[in-house]
Amino acid sequence: MKYQSQRVALPYFVGALTIFTLQLVFGLIGAAMYVDPLLISPNILPFSVVRMIHTNALIVWLLLGFFGSTFYLLPEETERELHSPRLALVQFWVFFAAAAFTVVGYLFGNYGGRSYLEQPMVVKVGIVLVALMFLYNCSVTALRGRRTVITGILLLGLWGIAVFFLFAFYDPANVVIDKMFWWWVVHLWVEGVWELVMASILAFLLIKLTGVDREVVEKWLYVIIGTALFSGILGTGHHYYWIGAPAYWQWIGTIFSAVEPLPFFAMVIFAFAMVWKGRRTHPNGAALLWSLGCAVTAFFGAGLLGFLHTLAPINYYTHGTQLTAAHGHLSFYGAYAMVNLAMFTYAMPPLLGRAPYRQRLNIVSFWILTGGVALMSAALMFAGLLQTHLERVLGQPYMDVQPQLTLFYWIRLIGGVITASGLVLYLVAILVPGRRKVPVASGLVPAE
Amino acid sequence: MERLTTAAARNIFYGGSVFFFVVFAALVANSYVQARTMERTHPISAAVAHGKRVWEQKACFDCHTLYGEGARFAPEIGKVWLKYGGDSDPAAAEDALKSWFAAQPTGVAGRHQMPQFHLSDADLHDLIAFLRWTSSINTQDWPPRPAAN
Ligand code: HEC
Ligand code: HEM
Ligand code: HEM
Ligand SMILES: [Fe+2]
Repeated sequence: MKYQSQRVALPYFVGALTIFTLQLVFGLIGAAMYVDPLLISPNILPFSVVRMIHTNALIVWLLLGFFGSTFYLLPEETERELHSPRLALVQFWVFFAAAAFTVVGYLFGNYGGRSYLEQPMVVKVGIVLVALMFLYNCSVTALRGRRTVITGILLLGLWGIAVFFLFAFYDPANVVIDKMFWWWVVHLWVEGVWELVMASILAFLLIKLTGVDREVVEKWLYVIIGTALFSGILGTGHHYYWIGAPAYWQWIGTIFSAVEPLPFFAMVIFAFAMVWKGRRTHPNGAALLWSLGCAVTAFFGAGLLGFLHTLAPINYYTHGTQLTAAHGHLSFYGAYAMVNLAMFTYAMPPLLGRAPYRQRLNIVSFWILTGGVALMSAALMFAGLLQTHLERVLGQPYMDVQPQLTLFYWIRLIGGVITASGLVLYLVAILVPGRRKVPVASGLVPAE
Repeated sequence: MERLTTAAARNIFYGGSVFFFVVFAALVANSYVQARTMERTHPISAAVAHGKRVWEQKACFDCHTLYGEGARFAPEIGKVWLKYGGDSDPAAAEDALKSWFAAQPTGVAGRHQMPQFHLSDADLHDLIAFLRWTSSINTQDWPPRPAAN
């Protein structure tokens, strides 16, 4: 670790992993409710509360991970200390406390709003304050230091996250308009500005891990994020097919979202090309595995599973079935969970002042976590295809179809248990360093 | 790829993104105007607007889908008013829905459960007015088999 202020990333990473754990606990409860609905009385803990904790926790830990990753890489990229490490710590505690307050509130029925945006108004305002602290801190650091393409794109993505979040405050009484702008937060995040964050963090990791030239990476980055936004912005249309918006969205959404897999494909080619070109073998092989796995899994989850149901004539039948959940899981995990887990794997050893440790356990946890999520998604995909046929083609009522999907819901629960055990191994691999305290060796000095 | 300079790639990225965002914003503006115009024939009364708030406060969307969006633990609700015969006999449909809410949770083994919300009569009435409104919107013929959803 070259710069002292990089250390503020540590609480962010530990906080993110804590909330990731919470997310999976509630995911397991939700999956159990699918197979045994009488497990917990709906008047004490309804499925809705379980789901909102699960999804909100997901967003919060991914954002914590992005914040921490930014604080970690910014000093190395800009070649100067963070503008204010203290502000970064304050920001962490405000955000973490708001998250805890929100979860406890949910359990007591204090929620309202729209999906993913159930937070009470005070918390939403708090999120904006946190974002302002963060953007101020990072932008000042970036403006005063060395300018790199990676920081430029990363900050553009982070600013975009904050700007589009503002649409969370707009909730008109007209459902059609409400839904149209709800997607400005949800879709323009994950299929827009988050892709900028993902691509730049991956690029940083690949430069460090393979030693490739920055120049090569930079051109790739622009091509990736260009294809992402050119397709992703108008691709929002794939959510406007059946919500009461005009029919022309069926053409626009279909044509543009059909191109959306391209940036994910480009990231796969990019990642592997960098490794082939790379001149060196970094001792943290696990971090490289996570980086490559991220690109590949994102391509499967977002690119392939997304494409599967994005064309309007197909989406007409699959819309709002378990197929959507299959895609939601593999895409979020592959693209955004894995990029964070890659960064944690890379940064924790230097943050704790050690050489890469517990590589084998980390690699095992990679396969178990990824295998678990893949199994969940596969189970939901079969459930979704069957549901589409029975409900949308044959016209059987929703509640009659559900019992016919029980087998797949059991497999999803098993996949969830596997995922959770993978997380336990990962936590051990990351948070419990070996006893040997190895000074950061010369082989670890990052390449430029 | 070789001939493309980084500066050119950057300019294409910024120019293209702005272009596509402007096109997108223009189309959304057009859809917005159409949705507002639709309010003339499908007025949003105070009851409908408040019913939507109840829908949000109780997080119904975290179990149900509305026009296919939300959670997938419970039936699609966009056209439920028609399923209860609201287009032919609104009073009977409202009664039927009210007794439906009163009967939850069913406690039937193996069946997904809906909580008891203890909604006031006024809230219930507005919630149902909201569901009646959503059932009247042109969703481009979705869902494909209305009887199932
Ligand atoms: C915890 C999950 C959950 C929540 C929250 C929930 N529901 Fe339900 N709802 C269900 C389930 C499950 C069913 C199907 C029950 C059955 O058929 O036995 C259902 C059925 C219904 C039905 C009947 C649907 C039909 O096709 O006959 C209506 C109407 C309904 N819910 C409205 C609402 C409204 C309005 C809210 C919010 C105030 C709400 N629900 C909140 C789970 C939920
Ligand atoms: C990493 C990127 C992506 C993530 C994290 C993601 C995540 C999600 C999530 C969570 C949903 C469900 C939203 C909800 O209703 O609550 C969804 C829906 C959808 N996604 Fe993605 N997605 C990504 C990329 C893509 C891509 C590239 C495509 C198309 C090629 C795509 C196509 C769709 C479609 C069509 C739906 C609507 C499903 C329906 O009709 O029910 N997604 N996505
Ligand atoms: C222990 C593992 C997990 C289990 C058992 C689980 C279970 C669930 C359940 C039951 C739902 C509600 C689905 C519905 O609406 O009917 C859900 C939603 C969701 N989960 Fe998970 N989950 C797990 C892990 C994850 C992970 C690792 C991610 C992403 C990184 C994730 C992302 C999501 C998202 C985005 C949704 C909302 C979108 C949707 O409803 O399709 N989950 N999950
Ligand atoms: Fe989308």
